[in-house]
Amino acid sequence: MSLTAPTRTMTAEPGSGATVVLKDVIKFYGSMQALTGIDLTIAPGEFIALLGPSGCGKTTALRALSGLERIDGGTIVIDGVNVESVPTNKRDIGMVFQSYSLFPHMTVLENVEFGLRMRKVAKADRRTRATEALEMVGLGVHGERFAHQLSGGQQQRVALARALVTRPRVLLLDEPLSALDAKVRVQLREEIRRITTDLGITTVFVTHDQEEALAVADRVAVMRAGRIEQIGTPEELYATPINTFVADFVGLTSRIPADLVDGAVLVHGVRLPLLGAAQPDGPVLAYIRPEDVALAARGDSGAIEATVVSSSFLGSLRRTVFMLSDGSLISVQHAVDEHPAVGAQSWLRLKASAVAASPRP
Amino acid sequence: MSRPGASDNSVAVRMGTEPSRTVRWIILGVVGLVFCIPIVAMLLFSFKAGLAGGLTLDHWAGLFDEDAARTYRNLFTGIGNSLLLAVVTVGIVLVVLLPTMILVHLQFPKLQRTLEFICIIPITVPAIVLVVGLAPVYSIVVRIAGGSVWTLAFAYGITVLPYAYRAIQSNLDAVDVVTLSEAGRTLSANWGRILWFVLLPNLKRGVLAASFISVAVVLGEFTIASLLNRTNLQTALLQVSQSDPYVAVIFALLALAFAFILLISIGRIGRTRTGTSS
Repeated sequence: MSLTAPTRTMTAEPGSGATVVLKDVIKFYGSMQALTGIDLTIAPGEFIALLGPSGCGKTTALRALSGLERIDGGTIVIDGVNVESVPTNKRDIGMVFQSYSLFPHMTVLENVEFGLRMRKVAKADRRTRATEALEMVGLGVHGERFAHQLSGGQQQRVALARALVTRPRVLLLDEPLSALDAKVRVQLREEIRRITTDLGITTVFVTHDQEEALAVADRVAVMRAGRIEQIGTPEELYATPINTFVADFVGLTSRIPADLVDGAVLVHGVRLPLLGAAQPDGPVLAYIRPEDVALAARGDSGAIEATVVSSSFLGSLRRTVFMLSDGSLISVQHAVDEHPAVGAQSWLRLKASAVAASPRP
Repeated sequence: MSRPGASDNSVAVRMGTEPSRTVRWIILGVVGLVFCIPIVAMLLFSFKAGLAGGLTLDHWAGLFDEDAARTYRNLFTGIGNSLLLAVVTVGIVLVVLLPTMILVHLQFPKLQRTLEFICIIPITVPAIVLVVGLAPVYSIVVRIAGGSVWTLAFAYGITVLPYAYRAIQSNLDAVDVVTLSEAGRTLSANWGRILWFVLLPNLKRGVLAASFISVAVVLGEFTIASLLNRTNLQTALLQVSQSDPYVAVIFALLALAFAFILLISIGRIGRTRTGTSS
């Protein structure tokens, strides 16, 4: 638990991150249970995203890990040490906050140096390392500026450099991109991923944006009401969501009433293989992803009649929402040169990929 | 102060809701006159040779007489006492009120209303009423801490609460103290270092304002000192004015000038290097 971090340098040390284990972590706010038993094991150098709607406990879990919130049950172990009685300032973590958190009375360079200064690193050494860290986030020339002279994206980059300069064992990111505009978000999230991979640091990234989580994380933990619903690689979550909530949250999946017959899903007369474990036959909701539906021509075998509800241009593709004969909505991803007119009759074809399904009441 | 753009005064000016330049000068002129007339009258009076006489420098020159120290001994004692009281009162504000407010802001936000209520109470209680309650308390204070004049600062520490509280609170509200201290903690700083390196530099304005206003209040305090039979600047001035009204007016002017300088400094010294703090 000693603060050996200052002796490390900014150079890449793959695999130097810590193992983090959360076991049955419980947290109450008054009578409200914010965390209802979180179990999570993070491998050294792994990038984990905690994904969920607001109020699901993802930020609370992160703050518990940082020591900013005390937990009411369970254990948190970093590198084999139970950190329950270790205060935040001795946990050897780095954290980037959702709101801008640079010290307004210090220059950018002084901000980045702060953690080293608190660890009593010699002045010359900390200047070199702070400059290095700023260069790593592409702000080497902005050292003498103050926070209010930087854009939001630049401020979060500095915050990232400040969090990383001490080479902490774990990096915690609490929705660091949510205050930024779309273009900067994408740019910065890729940069965060590159830097954490280079440094080999264990990272926990909290977000409510499923696209962001799937794009950057090694594994994503989808949270709801204080517990982890499912944890897996982005591919696993996307392909095999374990329940409606995860399916809904992770993708743009349409939920279509269907029937399970002989272990296959029967959707509007089309038989599709069932994804995941076998289920008893009966009425189900089938989860169909937009890329598994294609436009068809009248008379094609298995073509389903539908009405165009809306259509949006997304650059390289177009996404159109259709209404099926039973009133359910299905979204379809297709080429941009197809122009479905709103209100027009059209025909759809379901691709033969396996679909997830859950019992329908 | 911590958010970009939030403190840009030029934005407010373009909103079109404020008076024109001329109107602003007229308001400033009228208010200035109201304040200036008595002060100028005092200044003129201090140069008068008797009520019907012409102007003279004698009263001012008298202060530098060889025996001035003896003649106005009581007044100088009063000034010394008031300065000592000002220092101790500011000490109380900095050592008791400031840490309490920061602690409540960070750890016990639910207590904020209560704290505010407690701090505002003294302004609703007239000094003369306060003394009624303080008199028996001070009979005990004298037994414990002795009858030295500085003990009056315990009472002054209470009378300055409303002013000091407002000054510090407005600064606390303008800075995201919670996030800044959390950032400090994740960067290995303990509470002492967070207070010193992170919070105080950002609360400098509020702390200075609270201190200066406290000094100004203490220098102007008469009722409590008088009724508890202590000598401070104001009680000494009253005493002198009965034998030499000119000198009393001169010292009143000087005290006023000192208070003005303090208040003007609030706006100047508090400005940080960042330049745009509102």
